[in-house]
Amino acid sequence: MTELSQVNAPIYEALRRFRRMRVVPFDVPGHKRGRGNMELTEFLGEDCMNVDVNSMKPLDNLCHPVSVIKDAEMLAAQAFGAANAFFMVGGTTSAVQSMIMYACKEGDKIIMPRNVHRSAINALILTGAVPVYVNPDVNKQLGIALGMSVSQVEQAIRENPDAKAIMVNNPTYYGICSDLRRITELAHAHGMLVLVDEAHGTHFYFGDNFPVTAMAAGADIASVSMHKSGGSLTQSSFLLMGEKVNADYMRQVINLTQTTSASYLLLSSLDISRKRLALSGKEIFAKTVEMAEYARSEINDIGGYYAYSRELINGDSIYDFDVSKLSVFTLPVGLAGIEVYDLLRDEYDIQIEFGDIGNILAYISVGDRKRDIERLISAMSEIKRRFGRTGADMLSHEYISPVVTEAPRKAFYAEKVSVPLDESAGKVCTEFVMCYPPGIPILAPGELITPEIIEYIKYAKEKGCQMTGTEDINIERLNVLK
Amino acid sequence: MELWFTERHTPNVNFSIKVDHQLYSGNSEFQRIDVFDSKEFGRFLTLDGYMMLTEKDEFIYHEMITHVPMAVHPNPRNILVIGAGDGGVVRELTRYTSVESIDLVEIDELVVEVCKKFLPTTACRLDDERVHIYYEDGVKFIRRCENKYDIIIVDSTDPFGPGEGLFTKEFYGSCFKALREDGIMVNQHESPFYAEDAAAMQRSHKRIVESFPISRVYQAHIPTYPSGHWLFGFASKKYHPVRDYEPTKWSMLGIKTKYYNTQLHTGAFALPNYVEEMLRDVE
Repeated sequence: MTELSQVNAPIYEALRRFRRMRVVPFDVPGHKRGRGNMELTEFLGEDCMNVDVNSMKPLDNLCHPVSVIKDAEMLAAQAFGAANAFFMVGGTTSAVQSMIMYACKEGDKIIMPRNVHRSAINALILTGAVPVYVNPDVNKQLGIALGMSVSQVEQAIRENPDAKAIMVNNPTYYGICSDLRRITELAHAHGMLVLVDEAHGTHFYFGDNFPVTAMAAGADIASVSMHKSGGSLTQSSFLLMGEKVNADYMRQVINLTQTTSASYLLLSSLDISRKRLALSGKEIFAKTVEMAEYARSEINDIGGYYAYSRELINGDSIYDFDVSKLSVFTLPVGLAGIEVYDLLRDEYDIQIEFGDIGNILAYISVGDRKRDIERLISAMSEIKRRFGRTGADMLSHEYISPVVTEAPRKAFYAEKVSVPLDESAGKVCTEFVMCYPPGIPILAPGELITPEIIEYIKYAKEKGCQMTGTEDINIERLNVLK
Repeated sequence: MELWFTERHTPNVNFSIKVDHQLYSGNSEFQRIDVFDSKEFGRFLTLDGYMMLTEKDEFIYHEMITHVPMAVHPNPRNILVIGAGDGGVVRELTRYTSVESIDLVEIDELVVEVCKKFLPTTACRLDDERVHIYYEDGVKFIRRCENKYDIIIVDSTDPFGPGEGLFTKEFYGSCFKALREDGIMVNQHESPFYAEDAAAMQRSHKRIVESFPISRVYQAHIPTYPSGHWLFGFASKKYHPVRDYEPTKWSMLGIKTKYYNTQLHTGAFALPNYVEEMLRDVE
């Protein structure tokens, strides 16, 4: 057998071989290569249904890989500079949860920035771990949460020397990076694992001049959303591990919650996308950055809008910036980010990634065309001309420090009572209040409800942010500890 | 030997012209460009396989997209033309002595080059000293223009491919901004006949209605375009295309035309009922 290299895609190749064998299926899935569900087959295409197959000897098994999946994972590890890599089919959410479940048992402390994804806090409910939040710096002008400053991490470590792990976003949704190398050194010096949420950082591994990757910085585990900038299908991700992580134990942890019927559509999409990035990632991301830089300079030329970039770097809480992100501060044209987000879709048929109180984020990738970038810029120029206001009084602070009074798991399962939002101040919340996207919690189970938080919830609702997480779908009532 | 050019007008309707010989075929950064010679229609230009113009019927399109706004505006001096790399609109515009400047924005330089070489019938006046050619995406060019033009003529290809940005609301809004307070925008408005063209026509009409206080549609008969029944959009900040039209004033200019005349100007705005209904549906 010839040695495998990055030009190979073992799962993809096995599926092609398998298709040629024309095996008669007396196994699941019951659609039997699509023949049993023609409407779905017409919609998704025969080629797609043909490879929606079950684990079997020629195709390996994700729960216990011994052949083509194992090979594909080895190639992925190589491509990302990791000791081991696992294919994940439950989204980066499942990867983040697995990292935390690997690192923490019930009652263990984990240091994390408040602007973690909700999947990380959900993992705390699953494991019973206790969060030690590091308040991220906030850029007062833009109203966005930044990275963690090294001194705050130092302080958290000093105050919690028994913590088992520290979690870092690399980068945040907005493209902002902490000093990952320094934080990793600090954590390792105190015997803590470093877990990195790289949901928005796949391209760091393949493009030039991007911020440092978790694996290069010596971090222990990273969750990488291949389906974001990497081009694979939605819900597919990689979990990367450094030398010191026991990959076999990690697999057991993953198998606690992972499906036993992993989709070969997702697996092959990861395999093919890894190959593509390994072979031509440099050019792909150079083009992406070029488009983002162009859009940034044109949007800044419109006036009012501020499309920010590396000039924000301050050596600490903004240690680095991901220039492939097109984040724009919209308040100077008198419009909240969420308003611009809605106008772009409703008036101009342009869907962007998200809008928060003061910012929007347009996701740029190699799939974009120059002419679509021109449309986005022109639409923003038109929005300013048609809808722009001056002197709008806007709440610009999005980030509110949490007061954790109970472990999330304890609060989540405790006896609770529902109270109207206005009467909830001073009580301990037992559920999430999320402003989505970007999916960073305003309240998590076990946290104290303050008047400031109530005011913020009302404001975000009024501005049309999508609020989720509560039992009461309209967020007029909150569940609190009895 | 028989060599035919065929364009698919719908999945079930083809339109074919017998080709005498092919004069040019090439690919630009944006599209495939072909020029053919034919016995029936003379030379014709196609982009990505879609008919742009033939020597035999181009006068209809170019006269109707140009003279209608030029006859309504009392004093058109600064004109912007977007698309139109074949030069047909510019040829018609240069016949007005009142015109001081014509900015032509064409995304594809190769189209202009090919037309200059093979289609002198339309590209004949591109060297007029009032004409300035910008090779740029029209969506980008117009973003920076404000209160600058009396008339904008949008001579776009179809609402897919490189011209698709010229059918968007952000583009029409930018045109509004680029026009003076009595400016007029005229655009290629697709056809009401086949379902897919009609949907594009309605979509673009809706966006124009939302961008301009006055928005009317007029028609012409163009044999080589799908169904032959073609529409133009007339969007304006101040002048109504029929009520503010002074036919004698235009006649006095003494411009000789093959299709356009002053009665036809008014008549072209009278639309079949089914078209009126489609337009009303989105107004």
